[in-house]
Amino acid sequence: MPAKRFSISQSLIILVISLFSLSCLFPFIMVISGSLSTENDIINYGYTIWPKHITFDSYRILFLGSNRIIDAYGISILVTVAGTILSVFVTSMGAYVMARRSFKYRNILSVYVIITMLFNGGLVPWYIICVHYLNLKDSLWALILPMLANAFNMFLIRNFMNSIPEEINESAKMDGAGEFKIFYRLIMPLSLPVLATVGLFVALSYWNDWFLGLMFVDKQELQPLQLLLRTLVSNVEFLKSSSNASAMQRISAQIPSESIKMALTVVTIGPIVFLYPFLQRYFVKGLMVGAVKG
Amino acid sequence: MKNGVIRELFKNRTLLLMFLPVAVLLFLFNYLPLAGLVIAFKDFDFTKGIFGSNWMHPLLDNFDYLFSSDTAFRAVRNTILLNALFITVGLIFEVGFALLLNEVRNKYFKRVSQSLTFLPFFISWIVVGVFAYNLLDFESGAVNHFLTTIGLQPIDFYSEAGLWPIILTIAVRWKATGYGTIIYLAALTSVDNSYYEAASIDGATRWQQIRYISLPMLRPTIIILTLLAVGRIMNADFGMFYAMVGDASLLFPTTDVIDTFVYRSLRKSGDIGMASAAGFLQSMIAFVLVIASNYAARKIDKDSAIF
Repeated sequence: MPAKRFSISQSLIILVISLFSLSCLFPFIMVISGSLSTENDIINYGYTIWPKHITFDSYRILFLGSNRIIDAYGISILVTVAGTILSVFVTSMGAYVMARRSFKYRNILSVYVIITMLFNGGLVPWYIICVHYLNLKDSLWALILPMLANAFNMFLIRNFMNSIPEEINESAKMDGAGEFKIFYRLIMPLSLPVLATVGLFVALSYWNDWFLGLMFVDKQELQPLQLLLRTLVSNVEFLKSSSNASAMQRISAQIPSESIKMALTVVTIGPIVFLYPFLQRYFVKGLMVGAVKG
Repeated sequence: MKNGVIRELFKNRTLLLMFLPVAVLLFLFNYLPLAGLVIAFKDFDFTKGIFGSNWMHPLLDNFDYLFSSDTAFRAVRNTILLNALFITVGLIFEVGFALLLNEVRNKYFKRVSQSLTFLPFFISWIVVGVFAYNLLDFESGAVNHFLTTIGLQPIDFYSEAGLWPIILTIAVRWKATGYGTIIYLAALTSVDNSYYEAASIDGATRWQQIRYISLPMLRPTIIILTLLAVGRIMNADFGMFYAMVGDASLLFPTTDVIDTFVYRSLRKSGDIGMASAAGFLQSMIAFVLVIASNYAARKIDKDSAIF
């Protein structure tokens, strides 16, 4: 648009957008700064953008002080990796069947999946089914299975697969390949863009999930990172019961509870911030695929 | 005929087998809970399970109990009012921010600000709860430090229920504006530039162009996204409420929603009868709303409906 290079409205717009963008970044900086501050500074000056005295004590105590944090990290990574791989495999396999044009009853299967998007039994029956009938209480599967099949993702993948020409299936069939082999060897590689997007959706929701942990996991060793963060925010004292308590004492006589909370927050969002440029690109792509669905 | 069905299924047995894992998962985690809705009419006994428990006598006793509870009524009211607030403010922010971004000529600035505003979408509500605590805590919160520095009284946010609809709205906007803007911005960038060129030749100001070109172009998207959001008005975002408010019961008068109410009845007070009755009503109303809003969305734009 040919227009004046500088104008009041243009600079006003830039100002508003800048302010909002900075406010989105601000809490992140405050947490990082808090995790590097001494306890005294937080008590005296509150949370600030820049730490007055930089110290890494909180990180040292965090990793020394608790096997639980290492455990929780392990659980979160395990759940995210296993959940993502299983979910992408299972949903794309199901989506392949729904996209298979030679299969007469594929629409019945689609309806079976759609219904789960419309009807919802709600928390109480879901919880009782999981605990009472499926025995998921305090098991690692409780953190993975309930989120594994996702109707929305299945349709996203199916729509993509619909655009792959049917001739590929036909010619592979001529060569004697079975359906599973066609799916695994041909359709999956061809669907890589959508599988990458869905994989990211799924990985993010597994990494950020704490609801399943809250509902099913009482055993502390099985708590994922996000849930541990919540526990720590409400009660930092449990660190003192760790076997490394004396080593922690040597670093700091008092547990710097505020900065430890911040340090654990930084550790929790670390992978996401680190992978953010990558995440963002695929997410926007995925959103667009979803927006122009058929 | 019947033979034909069986032959067709047998011919495609590999495909059926490939569908089996999702079919089983959806059955266990979506269909069984649906059947489990009958629990609202049962006198639930853990040892007998949902389907083995005795029916209530009278059948609607759980509901009587629910309707006589002020807390339940409060939860329904809060859910609807807060969601209505989130939807309205969200719409204004997301459309407004998309329009603003669309006016920016500097590509680099546009990209950076989009990246920054999209970032909060990727973190969990638990982390947002920590952020909120950093800002709002009575002693070390940044807001109160600012207030005392400029000579004002600090505010004890975690006991002021009246402020929380505003705080929660800000939190939702902080987390979701960047995400919500993407779809509107995409709709705006797809508008043919010649409309704007023709308008500016006719002497239309930028503001008039927004008013008469951009906004009408966004109208279908706005209507559909709003309709779909209204369809979910009975369902609160449990994660947000649980992470931001948690067990701060002083805040419940304005922040206790159906989902947190049900959760508490189920896990804390163990009142499964009341929880299941509330959940049953929520599911039924949500179902009607989803169907209705989807039907309306379909009327406006066939491709935007879920089904």
